[in-house]
Amino acid sequence: MRLLTHNMLSCNIKGVTNGFPLRIEVEKSMEKEVDFNIDFLKSIFSKVEWTALVEAARSLGYNDLPEEVVDSSTMLESSDFLKKFHHALLELHLEEGALICPETGRRFPVNKGIPNMLLHEDEV
Amino acid sequence: MKLKQLEGLLGNLEQFSCPKIELEQYPTSAHIASRMLFSAEKTFGDVTGKVVADFGCGCGTLGIAAALLDADYIVGVDIDAQSLETASVNAEDMEVELNLMQCDINNLNWRGQFIDTAIMNPPFGTRKKGADMNFLSVALKVATRAVYSLHKTSTRDHVKKMALRDCDATSAEVLCELRFDVPQLYKFHKKKEVDIAVDLWRFVPPKDQERVVKTFSPHQ
Ligand SMILES: C[S@@+](CC[C@H](N)C(=O)[O-])C[C@H]1O[C@@H](n2cnc3c(N)ncnc32)[C@H](O)[C@@H]1O
Repeated sequence: MRLLTHNMLSCNIKGVTNGFPLRIEVEKSMEKEVDFNIDFLKSIFSKVEWTALVEAARSLGYNDLPEEVVDSSTMLESSDFLKKFHHALLELHLEEGALICPETGRRFPVNKGIPNMLLHEDEV
Repeated sequence: MKLKQLEGLLGNLEQFSCPKIELEQYPTSAHIASRMLFSAEKTFGDVTGKVVADFGCGCGTLGIAAALLDADYIVGVDIDAQSLETASVNAEDMEVELNLMQCDINNLNWRGQFIDTAIMNPPFGTRKKGADMNFLSVALKVATRAVYSLHKTSTRDHVKKMALRDCDATSAEVLCELRFDVPQLYKFHKKKEVDIAVDLWRFVPPKDQERVVKTFSPHQ
């Protein structure tokens, strides 16, 4: 699971209001190189919840993202920033582990890189 | 990529090894899948450079077609773990990136308006009434640009009404009518059901809809 996918996901249990971001529990992570696509990075940037990405990257052992992006138009011209953003968003993978709802503590397992967001009957 | 090339590549994909009847698991043929994605891109520019969701992705045929047409990021969602594993192997074989997740479409809860285009061949609702309309209503909430979907031609009026009136779609258009070979996977299929008329639709989601995080469908 890439961290862009993580950035989209929030806990889907009925009644949960603060289900984002899901905390990451890592058993196994990996890195996989993908092509650098500058237009994509620039267009997706405004949709990404930055703090969630920073925390998620950190839980996978990557600490190079700036805590905050104050001046995004300048940052998006910086190739150093874009490379880090690219790496965190698209090249880090959670392979085995779990996503944990910040409100309820419910664990959503991740196996072979696929998060399982299926709910139990009493959660829908 | 040429249409024939795309069709040829999709023809190599692994499909459901033991299809689950209650989930209406049958693949979109390479013929139909290639044309669906090809016209989405060539006529409307809805695929290349876009973020695409494949709802009920099964073994990943539609999502992989989007990847082969250079979509930027693709998320495939299915309720069934086994199909997702096949999709994952298929993507690896084709050397494309699919982001997969196991989820019931009816309980999807995504934030952030990431998805431009949704593509799907939903269950027709023959096993679970309303399944097709649930998929459509969720897709119209998640996608910001377009939704491509296949529905039985016999339900055309209903689909249109549902999309425009209940889901506030900006437009709902049948792009073409197809013959869909639902292979005789299941014994209960009556003969006439083997080859059914299916519409390929393009819907445009509501423009200014407030994209609430929850996307529970109204027909549960
Ligand atoms: C007709 S098949 C299409 C498969 C694949 N998209 C293709 O085109 O070859 C429908 C798919 O929807 C999945 N499905 C059925 N109900 C679902 C639900 N409630 N949520 C998510 N996926 C579902 C099935 O497992 C199956 O893979």
